[in-house]
Amino acid sequence: MTQKTAFQKVYTKLTKITKATCSVKAAGVGYEELAIVNGRLAQVVKIIDDEVTLQIFAGTEGIPTNAELVFLGKPPVLRVDDDLAGRFLNAYGEPIDGGPALTGAEREIGGPSVNPVRRKQPSQLIATGIAGIDLNNTLVTGQKIPFFADPDQPFNQVMAIVALRAKADKIILGGMGLSNDDYLYYRNTFENAGALERIVAFINTTENPPVERLLVPDMALAAAEYFAVEKKEKVLVLLTDMTMYADALSIVSNRMDQIPSKDNMPGSLYSDLAKIYEKAVQFPDGGSITIIAVTTLSGGDITHAIPDNTGYITEGQLFLRRDAEIGKVIVDPFRSLSRLKQLVIGKQTREDHAQVMNASIRLYADAANARTKHENGFELSDYDERTLKFARDYSEKLLAIDVNIDIDQMLDTGWKLFAEYFSPEEVAIKADLVKKYWPSRN
Amino acid sequence: MLTKGKVKGIISNLVIVDVEGPVAQNEICYILMGNIRLMAEVIKVQRHQAFVQVFESTRGLRLGTDVEFTGYMLEVTLGPGILSRNYDGLQNDLDKFEGIFLKKGQYNYPLDENELWDFNPLAQTGDQVQAGSWLGEVIENWVPHKIMVPFKFEGTYKVKWITGKGSYRIKDKIAVLTDEAGREHEVTMVQKWPVKLPIRAYKTKSRPFKILETGIRVIDTLNPITEGGTGFIPGPFGCGKTVLQHALSRQADADLVVIAACGERANEVVEIFTEFPELIDARTGRKLIERTTIIANTSNMPVAAREASVYTAMTIAEYYRSMGLKILLLADSTSRWAQALREMSNRMEELPGPDAFPMDLPAIISNYYSRAGYVELNNGKTGSITFIGTVSPAGGNLKEPVTESTKKAARCFYALSQQRSDSKRYPAIDPIDSYSKYLEYDEVKDFVSEYISPDWIDKVTKVKDVLIRGREAQEQINILGDDGVPVDYHVRFWKSEVVDFIILQQDAFDKIDQTTPLKRQKYMLDKITDIINAQIQFDSFEEVAGWFKKLINALKQMNYSEFGSPEFVRYEKEVDEMLTETVKL
Ligand SMILES: Nc1ncnc2c1ncn2[C@@H]1O[C@H](COP(=O)(O)OP(=O)(O)OP(=O)(O)O)[C@@H](O)[C@H]1O
Ligand SMILES: [Mg+2]
Repeated sequence: MTQKTAFQKVYTKLTKITKATCSVKAAGVGYEELAIVNGRLAQVVKIIDDEVTLQIFAGTEGIPTNAELVFLGKPPVLRVDDDLAGRFLNAYGEPIDGGPALTGAEREIGGPSVNPVRRKQPSQLIATGIAGIDLNNTLVTGQKIPFFADPDQPFNQVMAIVALRAKADKIILGGMGLSNDDYLYYRNTFENAGALERIVAFINTTENPPVERLLVPDMALAAAEYFAVEKKEKVLVLLTDMTMYADALSIVSNRMDQIPSKDNMPGSLYSDLAKIYEKAVQFPDGGSITIIAVTTLSGGDITHAIPDNTGYITEGQLFLRRDAEIGKVIVDPFRSLSRLKQLVIGKQTREDHAQVMNASIRLYADAANARTKHENGFELSDYDERTLKFARDYSEKLLAIDVNIDIDQMLDTGWKLFAEYFSPEEVAIKADLVKKYWPSRN
Repeated sequence: MLTKGKVKGIISNLVIVDVEGPVAQNEICYILMGNIRLMAEVIKVQRHQAFVQVFESTRGLRLGTDVEFTGYMLEVTLGPGILSRNYDGLQNDLDKFEGIFLKKGQYNYPLDENELWDFNPLAQTGDQVQAGSWLGEVIENWVPHKIMVPFKFEGTYKVKWITGKGSYRIKDKIAVLTDEAGREHEVTMVQKWPVKLPIRAYKTKSRPFKILETGIRVIDTLNPITEGGTGFIPGPFGCGKTVLQHALSRQADADLVVIAACGERANEVVEIFTEFPELIDARTGRKLIERTTIIANTSNMPVAAREASVYTAMTIAEYYRSMGLKILLLADSTSRWAQALREMSNRMEELPGPDAFPMDLPAIISNYYSRAGYVELNNGKTGSITFIGTVSPAGGNLKEPVTESTKKAARCFYALSQQRSDSKRYPAIDPIDSYSKYLEYDEVKDFVSEYISPDWIDKVTKVKDVLIRGREAQEQINILGDDGVPVDYHVRFWKSEVVDFIILQQDAFDKIDQTTPLKRQKYMLDKITDIINAQIQFDSFEEVAGWFKKLINALKQMNYSEFGSPEFVRYEKEVDEMLTETVKL
């Protein structure tokens, strides 16, 4: 932590202590300024008359009323420079990898927003090799999109794969409430891929105090802005798990006696999350920030305030699902949506992309209906039977997350499956495309 | 002497100020943070303390900081040059700011003070005038922009002097008016007005009677909105609120469109910035951007300015309505505005209403909606503001305070259905739950009967009935199985699918299908009416689906073809042949 200098005033009389905050009588304090309370970092969240309330990131356990409190005279900062690359840091932006201290200039985190008229419309495709994403839910640089996942799903693995294949200049990992195993998984995966010099990680694990997490997204995005604005790089930010972040928000706001709104979340949840996600941006000069996040669900409930507010902010969402029939995890084609996909589909991909995507999803839906019909004891037609076979192959060869092919191959696979199980009329794709792409019999 | 004060408390963007002197509710003040001036608005006064909401981040603000009150409320600047601009919620011109990031405490003049406008006088020396009277006009893009007696002028005035035809800057003197007491007042081409107060410079506000053509079939045909009407679009995330509003802003038959992007995504505004300068307005042949003004206060911009943004947009709309123009005002999303109110109310520890929203939320919303309307101006001309807002209900559940309050205030309800959106039946407006109260207005019925056709409303009612009966038939089929119900149930279901696929569903991204003029809607409704009236006989249920799918396909091709073009005629023939063959059967 930053050393206190000789002339800084030391306060030693706390007037109030709650689970996440403490108060002190002090003068000349700036709003959102940092302080150190018995060695723990804290931030000013409220000033009324001469009483200043601070949130202590590491929690208030064991903090006595005579704790030593020193104000630092500045809001949270990150030292930004090229030497960030390859570093693993904690929520305060301090090295946890045994490397040297950062040397860059101090930059306030949670800084100002981009002027909307200075943005460019996102337009560059991000290829991940996963057909459930590239074919059906194409991602675009400057997009913000979360995985909506149950806690037991392999979202961290998928995110790591996506990050490594995305051809990003930098990958910034913001880990919030990450288990130590998952943290090491990310670290090893990036290391094995020889990608360490492209990574910057801000890690808060389950072993760290929950309130510290509140700093992680802003730290990660301050680093991202440095590389995207000053170095004009394509930056990919991974935030996992935003549900843990929101839970930490509710801890602080509830400790401050704010009236909770739905699901005990603070009334400002929408604005708090939007401030983070809206940092995703495409700049006109080539730099970009893309955010891929994880929002874990409880019991698959997407009407809970956290996923609900997230859905209202992000540009689509990706759902993972275990397909029992093939015994693999797939990207669910029904509930997933990338809202920016139309900006690149058929423009940066082959002309038949939209049609192949829609036709296969429609046939996959027919298969789902056939399955319901079967379960309800009705007889299946020949067409029904064929859709079921198609669905199995489609799931295995395209939707499964272990698929790794380029988009043309995905489209070719689609056509092959159409021809295997259906007639062109059943697939109902524009005649000129069928003529061009329908595989010949031999 | 303006009042001064000192900062006494800071909770996020709520600041408590000790004041030495009088302050007014909604008065604007500036917090003097070094050389940065933070703009704020008084939202509560208690004894010697003013509670102000700051339109900026308060990071670094200290107790004891000086505050200067201004004596005026939050105002917008009204004059030629507003159109096509991109403003933030406080009417700063976003294009004038330098740098990539918005800096705090940065404000700018919303118009161009040096631009020259060709002024044409409309009033003469000696004329009696009052607030809102047209003194002259300039051409803004293609719009005859009226230069009016400032709305703040009370009582009647005489024109003492008015300048002749010529080129002027907005702040040049163009007229001198004499009030009843004989005092003289100079008038320029620019004036200011406080956003929270409605502009009332008109004679009467009458009941809307004219349909506002939007080109969206499920609205115009089934539940039309009127010129000067109000409507709202609630729906869970991703169901198509924004796509629908963008379609309205492109296609609706309005002279001008004001869009308040209130607490939503910046990329969606960028879409408008990027596309509107390219797109042509079919009615005028001009670029769409020429009739459009954007108030962008996206979700990452200061929360308090979100509230201001909807009022700024409304006031600009009222200004142009006073020129006898037809304005469409859109706000996406009014829920974000309500949430901004909630955040502030919570910080002030007010007694919370349902879901912690402020108690007076219903009153605030209905007050806002009541500023829309069709007005007759003092000179006998008419103007209108049609307002359509979106609502983003928490968890997609319509039983929440913002939806419920808005339902009381708005006359059209366009409910987006998750189920329709999931099955990609866009626009996902639920045809059965949605309504337009205007269909009950005698004035509207008369208008429709004259302007479209006397049996229009009957046909529309019939189509709605087909949808309901189709839904019932489908439920029966699902329970009893395909062959467990009479064949007629299948026919009923498929007739409702014809209505669904051909009238309700409309491809927002297809050049032709995206907008259907009323004339064409009438043509198609007549065609669909023939189909639903046809007595079609089938021997077994297996035949039904195939036949109707073919019919729907041909009808859909009609929708995708230029009205009256050879392809259109060809597909129509296909439809007609199918009908004659089968009915004979
Ligand atoms: N009329 C339409 N035609 C085709 N696709 C549509 C249509 N309406 C919506 N969609 C699809 O649904 C997506 C979401 O639509 P939209 O952004 O309008 O939702 P929304 O209701 O505004 O959501 P939010 O509340 O999150 O802002 C679009 O990106 C598009 O893919
Ligand atoms: Mg939207």
